[in-house]
Formats: sequence, C-alpha cells, structure tokens
Amino acid sequence: MFYRENGQFKTSYRADEQIFPIAQDRWAILVILLIAFVGVPLFASDYMFRAILIPFTIASLAALGVNILVGYCGQISLGSGAFMAVGAYAAYNFFERVPGMPLIPALLLGGMSSMLFGILFGLPSLRVKGLYLAVATLAAQFFADWMFLRIRWFTLDNASGSVAVSNLQVFGLPLESDVSKYLFCLTALALLALAAKNLVRGAIGREWMAIRDMDVAAAVIGIRPMYAKLSAFAVSSFIIGVAGALWGFFYLGAWEPSAFSVDQSFRMLFMVIIGGLGSIMGSFFGAAFIVLLPIGLTLILPPLAALIGIQISTTASSHAELMIFGGLIVWFLIVEPHGLAKLWSTGKQKLRLWPFPH
Amino acid sequence: MAGMLYSLVALGFVLIFKASGVFNFAQGAMVLFAALAMARFAEWIPQWTGLDNKALANVLAFALAAVVMFVVAWLVERLVLRHLVNQEAATLLMATLGISYFLDGLGQSIFGSDIYKIDVGMPKDPVMILESTFQGGLLINKEDLYAALIAAALVAALSLFFQKTSTGRALRAVADDHQAAQSVGIPLGRIWVIVWTVAGAVALVAGMIWGSKLGVQFSLTTLALRALPVVILGGLTSVPGAIVGGLIIGVGEKMSEVFLGPYVGGGIEIWFAYVLALVFLLFRPQGLFGEKIIDRV
Repeated sequence: MFYRENGQFKTSYRADEQIFPIAQDRWAILVILLIAFVGVPLFASDYMFRAILIPFTIASLAALGVNILVGYCGQISLGSGAFMAVGAYAAYNFFERVPGMPLIPALLLGGMSSMLFGILFGLPSLRVKGLYLAVATLAAQFFADWMFLRIRWFTLDNASGSVAVSNLQVFGLPLESDVSKYLFCLTALALLALAAKNLVRGAIGREWMAIRDMDVAAAVIGIRPMYAKLSAFAVSSFIIGVAGALWGFFYLGAWEPSAFSVDQSFRMLFMVIIGGLGSIMGSFFGAAFIVLLPIGLTLILPPLAALIGIQISTTASSHAELMIFGGLIVWFLIVEPHGLAKLWSTGKQKLRLWPFPH
Repeated sequence: MAGMLYSLVALGFVLIFKASGVFNFAQGAMVLFAALAMARFAEWIPQWTGLDNKALANVLAFALAAVVMFVVAWLVERLVLRHLVNQEAATLLMATLGISYFLDGLGQSIFGSDIYKIDVGMPKDPVMILESTFQGGLLINKEDLYAALIAAALVAALSLFFQKTSTGRALRAVADDHQAAQSVGIPLGRIWVIVWTVAGAVALVAGMIWGSKLGVQFSLTTLALRALPVVILGGLTSVPGAIVGGLIIGVGEKMSEVFLGPYVGGGIEIWFAYVLALVFLLFRPQGLFGEKIIDRV
C-alpha cells in the first residue's frame, strides 16, 4: 500500500548518493515545502501563526542544532539555552550598534558568535564525556545567564537585561505581519535543514557518527576526535544561535536573559530525545510535540475539569499541566525510547509489506 | 554551611547513580517535595489531633514525610525505572527530568505553593568560638553549627549502613555490577526502592535544614543545579567525594563572591562553581575520587 523503491535503478554514484534517493521522497518533500510556503499562509489565522507556527519553525531549527551535537556526535549538551542566548544577544548587538546593518547578516553574525562560544565551551568535551560533559556544558548555561544579566554592555546599558527590536526588514520589505515573519523563519529553517541533511550524509557527518558510536575506536581508525567533536559543536551552536536570534527577533520581539534559561535547554533536549536521536526528521517531530503539548493541555484541561464537575483555579491547572507534561514525557520514554522518528520508520516498514506481511 | 547542604544533595545524586546508573535530575524536586511535605504535616498534625507539643508534632511530621518519600521511591521504581532498564544514559536522564516536573506539579498541588516555614526549634543566636586561640575569634551562627552536625551525623550513619549491614552490602554489590549482583540473588528492584528511599530521606534532611533557614519555596529545586558541580568535582561514584566536593564548592563559591565578585559586578557564585569543577575535570576527568574511567574498544 505504500511506495517502494522498486524499478528505480541507480546507474551512477551520484544517483546513489543523493539526499533523497527515492523519487517519491523527493516529491513528498516538494509537496510539504509547497504546503508550508503557500498552503499554510493561505489558511492559517493570526493566532495560529503567533502561538503555533512561528514557535514551531524556530523550535525545529533549534532541535535540529541540538540533534547534530547530541544525536549525531553523541555529546550530551545542556547548554543549548546559552547558545541561543548568545545568538540572540549577539545578533541584537550587531543589529543595533552597527549603523545600517541589514537583518540577515546580523542574524548570521549572531550565529557565528554563538559558534565561537560553542567551540569554547566544547573544549572540555576533549577530556570528559557522557554525564560529566552534560554537567560541564551547564557551565556555559549559567555563565551566559550571568553574562547577559550583569554585563550591561551587551544589553545597551539596560538595567534588567531586557532588550527589544523593532523595524525589521529584509531587502526593503518590512517584516511586521505574522505571515511575513513565518515565511522568513520557514526559509531559514528550510535552508539550514537542507544544509544539515547534506552535512550528516557527507564525510564530516560520518565522522561524527563514528565518534558517537565509539570514540576510541574512531580515533584508532584515523578520525581526529578533536576536529570531529569541535566541528560538531561549531555547526550545532551556529544553528542553535541562529534559532536563538530568530526566537528573540521574531517570536519574542522583546526579551530578557531568563527567556533562555536552563529550562529552555531542557526543553530542547526533550525535543531531540522524544523526536529521535540522530534523525533530522525526528527534530521536527519532537519540536511539534513539545510546542503543541502545553498549548493542547491549556486548551483541554479546563473543559475536562468542568466535565467531571470540579472548578480548578489557574494555579491548580498550571500545576496539573506540569504534572501531565512530566508524566507524559516519562510515559513516552517508556513506550518508545527511540523517539517518534523510530515509530515513523517502523510504521513505514510495516506498510511496505501491508496487506501481506510475512 | 552551604557546602554542607550541597554535600547532602550531592550525596543523594551519588547514591542513586551508584546503585542504578541513573543521573537523577529529580533530586532537587525531591528536596522540595520532602520539605513541603514536612512543613505542611507539621502544620496539619496539631490541627488533626489537637496535639500541642511542638517537638512531637515535628517528629511525627518528619516520620510522615519519610513515609511519603518511601512511597515516591516505590512508585518511581514501579512505574519508571523498571521499564527503562538498559536504556541509554540520556534517555534515563530525561526520564528523571520528567519525574522532576511531575513532582514539582504534584507537590505544589497537594501541599500548596506558598512559602512555608519549618520550625524545628533550632537556636538562631550567634556564638563566638576560638576566642582564646586568636584575637577576635570566629562568629558562628548556632543554627549553622547544628545543621553541620546533623549533616555529619547523617553521613556517618549512611556509611555505617553501607559498610556494616547486609542491605548495605547488597547495595554496594549492585553498584559494582548489576548483572553479577542479580545472578547471586540480590533483588534489583528492591535495592532500587531502598536507594531511592535513602536518597529521599537525604533530600528530606537537606530540605528541612534549608527550609528552616530560608523557608520552603519553589527555589529549593535550584539547589540541585547548584549541587551538580559538587557531584562531578567529587566523582559521580564516590560518597566521600560528594562530601569533600561540597565543602570545596561551598567555600569556593563564597570566596569567589567576596574576592572576585566586586570586580565583575557580583553574582558569580553559581557559574564559578561550575568553572571550578570544569578546571578540576580537565586534570582528572573522573572527578576527585571517582573510579578511573577505562576505555575498551
């Protein structure tokens, strides 16, 4: 019932090594892109854009970055929130301090700064690994929290560390409406996702995976651990930095350091683990799950409580949300520890043989 | 003082990591949960029973809170750990984060989310000591002194428990090698319940001390994040490491704040601890007292 690769013969290495080797996949991607770029803006409401679509695109981008580091290179990082913060504040500084700085270079420079920060805090990964590294990356998180709160220079001498951007435009077109913001974020996501997909199938991606699977063995067969690990940190924190800048510029508009707290890091790690480690598609699934779950809970809980006849206050419902969120995550990890991407590929395997499984 | 508390929380981390290989991010939530339970029971018990002996009420509340922590430990083993045997470290880490969200929500919906006071009647007046040894002497808060004594007693009791009882021996066996321990007939599930209960009790004591000093509130959960550098500094698998690490971090934090803080704008305590731990890690990747990490291909 599902498509197969039957009859598609590869006659050259190029054809064998392309990003999407199966024709149906290529068409599916095109259709999805078409829907995302054309279909969604036609039908979505303003609320949809602001509450769901923009956060989802940016969160997917961030999850993609985290997935490169955690899923492909196997370096558990809890400092993603810090990389986002560096990206956002650096982009802000370039945007505000340099007169006439266009938006896109500012965002890219934000990503670059985050990349440098990531390389710096990736250095411990050469000595420590596993859970020790996870805790070591928390150092980046707390350092960034402190830096943007206390060093006034970064926030243009604003006392509370909160900053705001306005008057965003690209090539003379103003980015004020929700649709245009969404389209801008979506373009960034599509380009970076394509680049990431390309990277992980190339030599550098295979080096990361070798390091992830067994770093000593990888070093023995001639992969330089330092180069592989630091490049993973660099690419990942660049993507996360751009995501952080987009998050600040387009989703929040005005933000303070607490927007990129350690909770943000945890949420991104949740996205990656729930979506599926080491899968580009998993990043999208995970981001959708984590972005939609709280919104869904806020929508569902009050009517549900009314149904069984209890009136719940806002604090009680926020606590209940916290409980359900935690409970669902644990349940999900138990049911499918390899994430939604695994579920997807199992489903695909099953459908290939349907309706005549052996 | 802070160092002693960090040691206590770190001890909880180490106990669970040793026995089940889980890096328990829920330790902070457990501290909050235990402290909330204790504070509220101490308040409720006199109302329910008409008891007006404060000390007795406190003891009862402590016992009840310990029972609650046991139930939590049992549920965690039953519902979560049992199903996640042999998963990757990152998955287990995330599961404990899920638990911590759940406990935060549960604790606050059962026990309320205001700031509560635990009053165990610790004297608060400062005393001077060592006046004869050198000029001026040292000014010490009596409360801190008691807290340190309680923590030390707890650590001593725990090490006795680990070294001398058969359960303690079983715990150490599990810590060394799950499979081997299981094959000689040690029930893994029960050991996990015991370890999580002990960690819960440690969380309870930490929460009690902290709560009687500053009140029980949501910010207790951050205590866990501040105790993390202690754990990696001392080594993930070492009980003495947790204690020594706690003292180093506690002293280091305060010193950095006093001597370095003014130059860079203050508030550097929290990341300084991490940087300190990082520097240690660069030289000893397994922490001060951790087991040597051996890589095999």
